Amino acid sequence: MQPLDYLKETASQTAGPYVHIGLAPAAAGFDIFDKNFGPNPATPEAEGEQITVEGVVRDGTGAPIKDVLIEVWQADATGAYAQGATGPFTGWGRIVSDFETGEWAFDTIKPGPAKGRGGHGLMAPHISFWIVARGINLGLNTRMYFEDEGAANDADPVLNLIEQEHRRATLIAQRSERGGKPIYRFDIRVQGDGETVFFDI
Amino acid sequence: MAPLDELYPRDREWQPPALTPDYKTSLSRSPAYPLLSLQNSVSETTGPVFGHDMLGPLDNDLLHNYAAPGESAIGQRIIVHGRVLDENGRPLPGTLVEFWQANAGGRYRHRKDTYLAPIDPNFGGCGRAITDAEGRYHFRTVKPAPYPWRNWVNNWRPAHIHFSIFGHAFAQRLITQMYFEGDPLIWACPIVKSIPDERAIEQLIAPLDMNATVPLDTMAYKFDIVLRGTRSTLFENRLEGN
Repeated sequence: MQPLDYLKETASQTAGPYVHIGLAPAAAGFDIFDKNFGPNPATPEAEGEQITVEGVVRDGTGAPIKDVLIEVWQADATGAYAQGATGPFTGWGRIVSDFETGEWAFDTIKPGPAKGRGGHGLMAPHISFWIVARGINLGLNTRMYFEDEGAANDADPVLNLIEQEHRRATLIAQRSERGGKPIYRFDIRVQGDGETVFFDI
Repeated sequence: MAPLDELYPRDREWQPPALTPDYKTSLSRSPAYPLLSLQNSVSETTGPVFGHDMLGPLDNDLLHNYAAPGESAIGQRIIVHGRVLDENGRPLPGTLVEFWQANAGGRYRHRKDTYLAPIDPNFGGCGRAITDAEGRYHFRTVKPAPYPWRNWVNNWRPAHIHFSIFGHAFAQRLITQMYFEGDPLIWACPIVKSIPDERAIEQLIAPLDMNATVPLDTMAYKFDIVLRGTRSTLFENRLEGN
């Protein structure tokens, strides 16, 4: 038999406790690059509703994961992904938690509904999350949806794949306001009560 | 919008599982429920792209990118180079590669690292590069040292360099670690052994590359990185409206 000549994906290894040195040196405590990546997928000049997203990532014991690093990727207000954009909206951000509390936050605009798989229908507005930290061998993927998009969430093809309906709520951020600005709270539970649904994408 | 280039599913028997009890921290940081398998949508097949305007001229020279003028990091001078490919063997041009490491004594420049080996005032320990048209990257640094870590009473990490790679799709995002040929600590490390397949571990070990050394100056190691490949659909029953 002929061998298949595909290569194998490089195996993942944990980001470790010092991931900030490479990916967010200011958080590690030093300044080295002229230009650094920030947490916000959109600036205040971007088109769309300006929002803040915040939360804590907790481990199986309920303790905050204080050394977590999160990257997010989202569509713009019209539901389009801005791959390669350099303007006020890039759609991507890299977020570091507070080392004392584990709280993290970023500012962005609320995404619009993107086309679903194969261009069919629409997915409810959502933000894709990638979560790495010490003790996580392979980055965890999940999505954040919006509480105030009930009808779109009810029709979302991904949320509807979650067999246990009560677990869908683990992906839906709760809306409130602070100083007139919408805040979406998205707490992530890696393991244990209310464990967040994670995806193999 | 770019066409939907679906990725080969991740080989879950090749990648480390979330729960690897010998690496103790994974016990409370691993989901207990299975991952929900998703077929790709545009949310997974697109991803950020970064331009060369992000990079400074010394970003891939760790010997000098944190050193005082006229100074250089202390340690064995090495070049690390290689290519970023996909599973089809195609080079991935224009992708951001970031790297970080301990210094030649095994100490990280991080407010949380308290190991007694000294900080090198001329070594930051991080850098980045964007792959060229053939998927190549390279950087210059010092060889990092092994260091102890709290897991069992007496665990030492093999010398390693951390890598972060983007690819072109959010679902290709990868963080890994590069090890060095001949290091006896590799096969004793619970983090390395989170990977179930020895061939996958071998793929993380960079060989000494004498062809890439600079005589009388710098040793070299070669480290190729493979990201998930893109599926070319030969036949497809297209859904209505697609």
